[in-house]
Amino acid sequence: MSSMRFPWLELAIILPVLGAIWVKFRRDPRVARRHALAITALTLLATLGAWADFANLGTRTAQDPSHPLSQFTGRDLLAIDALNAPLMPLGALLNFLTILSTLRTKFREFSLPRTLISESILLSIFSASTSWGVVTMMALAVVPRFLESIQQRQPSRVYLAHMGLFVILLVLGEMGVSRAATPQEQPLWAILMLTLAVLLRGGVVPVHCWMTDLFEHASFGTALLFVTPMTAAFGVTRLVVPVAPTWALQIISVMSLITAIYAAGMALVQRDARRFFCYIFLSHSSLVLVGIETATPIGLTGSLSLWLSVSLSLTGFGLVLRCVEARVGRILLTEFLGLYDQIPMMAGLFLLTGLASVGFPGTAGFISIELIVEAAVQALPFVGPLIVIVTALNGLAVTQAYFRIFAGRSASSSIDLRIRRPERIAVMITTFLIIGGGLFPQWGVTSRYHAALQLLAERARVAEAARPAPWPAPPVAHVRPAPPAGSGGRQR
Amino acid sequence: MNEWVARFFGLGAVGAPLLLLSTFGLATFSDRKLSERTMARLTASCVSYGLFSVVAMFLMMLWTGDREVPVEVGDWVALPAEDFHFRLKFLFDRLSVPFSALTFMLVGVTGAFANRYLHREPGYRRFFLYFAVFLMGMVVAALAGTIETLFIGWELVGLASALLVAFFHERSAPVVNAQRIWTVYRISDAAFLIAALTLHHLSGAGDFAAFTGSGPWPQSETVIAPGQAFGVGLLLLIAAAGKSALVPFSGWLPRAMEGPTPSSAVFYGALSVHLGAYLLLRVSPILNASWLLCACVVAIGAASALFGVVAGRVQTDIKSALAYASLTQVGVITAEIGLGFRYVALIHIIGHACQRSLQLLRAPSLLNDYRLLENALGGPIPHVPGVTEQRLSPETRLRLYRIGIDRGQLDASLDRFVVRPFVRCFRWCDRMERGWTDILAGRRSRPPDHARHRHLDQVVSKATSPPIEEPS
Repeated sequence: MSSMRFPWLELAIILPVLGAIWVKFRRDPRVARRHALAITALTLLATLGAWADFANLGTRTAQDPSHPLSQFTGRDLLAIDALNAPLMPLGALLNFLTILSTLRTKFREFSLPRTLISESILLSIFSASTSWGVVTMMALAVVPRFLESIQQRQPSRVYLAHMGLFVILLVLGEMGVSRAATPQEQPLWAILMLTLAVLLRGGVVPVHCWMTDLFEHASFGTALLFVTPMTAAFGVTRLVVPVAPTWALQIISVMSLITAIYAAGMALVQRDARRFFCYIFLSHSSLVLVGIETATPIGLTGSLSLWLSVSLSLTGFGLVLRCVEARVGRILLTEFLGLYDQIPMMAGLFLLTGLASVGFPGTAGFISIELIVEAAVQALPFVGPLIVIVTALNGLAVTQAYFRIFAGRSASSSIDLRIRRPERIAVMITTFLIIGGGLFPQWGVTSRYHAALQLLAERARVAEAARPAPWPAPPVAHVRPAPPAGSGGRQR
Repeated sequence: MNEWVARFFGLGAVGAPLLLLSTFGLATFSDRKLSERTMARLTASCVSYGLFSVVAMFLMMLWTGDREVPVEVGDWVALPAEDFHFRLKFLFDRLSVPFSALTFMLVGVTGAFANRYLHREPGYRRFFLYFAVFLMGMVVAALAGTIETLFIGWELVGLASALLVAFFHERSAPVVNAQRIWTVYRISDAAFLIAALTLHHLSGAGDFAAFTGSGPWPQSETVIAPGQAFGVGLLLLIAAAGKSALVPFSGWLPRAMEGPTPSSAVFYGALSVHLGAYLLLRVSPILNASWLLCACVVAIGAASALFGVVAGRVQTDIKSALAYASLTQVGVITAEIGLGFRYVALIHIIGHACQRSLQLLRAPSLLNDYRLLENALGGPIPHVPGVTEQRLSPETRLRLYRIGIDRGQLDASLDRFVVRPFVRCFRWCDRMERGWTDILAGRRSRPPDHARHRHLDQVVSKATSPPIEEPS
């Protein structure tokens, strides 16, 4: 494993933690917001630095040069590889955009210190080099939202029940898998538990109600940041794909596909904008899982690309909804709100991000959907048309919501509804990335292709180790197979 | 033909609309408002340059005797190790050159008309932005050399079409109709995409030459087996039917007339409505491979033409009547394609597009035209009994009238048998989910917001409204 030139990863994780403490003691909310914004911008720069440094090294995996954390714990905890290199800047960017577009009216319910802590946890999940690191951080990530619900006196039973089950399944599953001496001894129940855990976190039908409940009760910003980085998909790639047998992946694929279709249909009949967003997101995140579980280079490349584009576009989409909500209150999709004349730029971004999420030509999602469908047609012929139908339904839902929110006779308002400068900056950044990624997709696709190959190599290595020896092998019990040098995959 | 000359003119034809769209798009997102004059001049310049490029390419093809000039842009995305290539390629041949020239010409004329027609209209900029999206989509679709490239143009045309139908978004009717049109387009797009991927899978490439044969259009022969051609062809026929409003998707065409007249003229009188027929012409070698498929194409075309005649006769507004007249002609064109008359269909498209767009552009001044005509004749225009009045019994005419006035119950049937069961099923699921979440949460979920907001509004207005002063 190579070392980077600067401890970017540790910096990216520690900065938000220190920032949270700093922001916590700022009395003026505007000052606190400015400082939080600066901290997330620095964190974003640190993650970009890590990505650039890693790309320059040209190795499969890299870690920080100085090891304060590893010296403390006795092992390497953080690493960067082809998979997580763009995910970390993505996570930091989502946080940056969310804080940037947060209006003053939202400060009471949207806690900046808690958001910074959540960002640190998210970056820890993405940069964890060991399975236990991923598991611990994924379990820890459910805490901030729970604290918010207590502080805001919001109902939390649904969230607690689902996330409690998620943590139990995740920890038990990982214990079962990691206790096995060799890959072939990994118990099926443990793999199944891990799979169920990540599916639960991803909101697969029928255990998805926590997500609608979350969007209904939590602050929109918190809910967005909890789901849009798609840590469940990360859990699948890091924890499940390397160890799960093919039939298990196919089951997951079918379940994800059912979820995608179901959520697309549900998005079309929603009357509340938050629930609508929740189902649109659920449908897309399930499509990401469908591609991951084809376990082919093209399918995986499509999925990993779609992951980035959906995260970005749906965060933009959600942020527009949030900005509209900040102006007119909770949005009802049974009436025409007529907001186009007052916020035309928001309308444009809403349409752009929505269409990008369904893979409209010229946007970042187009090639990703093409790749996934291509892989699906080859792997399971009936899946390809179903994915196309899902995207068609989602496209309908997006335009329906667009017309409901922005069409109609504009009502006169006593306050100025026009777009604010921070919102405009957020709009420009999101638009630039969506269109740029759509017009010049080769670089991004190549990067995701390398990550896909790395994942498949890791899976092949585990499968090879699990294959029974042709003749009685010498006893190797309790001897852990050492990962190959330079391997950036699953380490225990 | 010299490769550089071909690239210069070929990319010029595509680059001009791209430049126009980029300029308008950037202006919209940067909130820098372009003046009406600037927008009109930019549109005229880009359309003129695009038309010049296509005509120049046509002259070069005549000069060199080339019947087919491919212009390769390159791989948009490629994963060579996996043999995945998404190629951008444009093709200039006997089909694409006339169609793209027609596109530039009609868009230019309609753009000049719209510049005056929409002068000082609040949505002027929006109209021209969507118009640029449409132009880009039409040119890309017309000149596409691969099926994926055609799909890109196809989608852009659909989006522009739906957004322009909802142009007058202050009223709910245009918006509802736009959503319905978008729904049909999405079905059509889904069929197209599945067909494209299947073709890609069957022939190993998205290039038209790979599955329609390497000869110049329309003589090429497909390499796909008849059974496969029938399956893929049916999907393409669904896509074409959706885009060209053929039966059973014809219900959206009169609804599309909610948009401003210039867009109605260029979309539903001229270009967009012929895109389905263009697709069938482009993949005509696949049609040749299966007589059953050709029979389906003829049947759908004939049914659409017949329906257009019956419904068009009883319309009470000029734009709807013209919409059904368009449908009749498009149905005839489709039948011609199914019968194998490719050149006839192409000439029919060009002639019909020009005539219909002129009629639609004249539609707002119809009453004035009538008045002038009656003044010239010195009295009302005499009523001449038509064929139906002379040959059909009153009962049959009444029955046909009912079919026409109900628009064949096409939309009502789709609503009843497709939309309603779908919505009911998912609304039931929604109720079940809410119930389950309530049980888990131990409390009722959030009440419907509109009720809550209205109640709050009433409370606030009562609390804050000043007391009525007694007259002194």
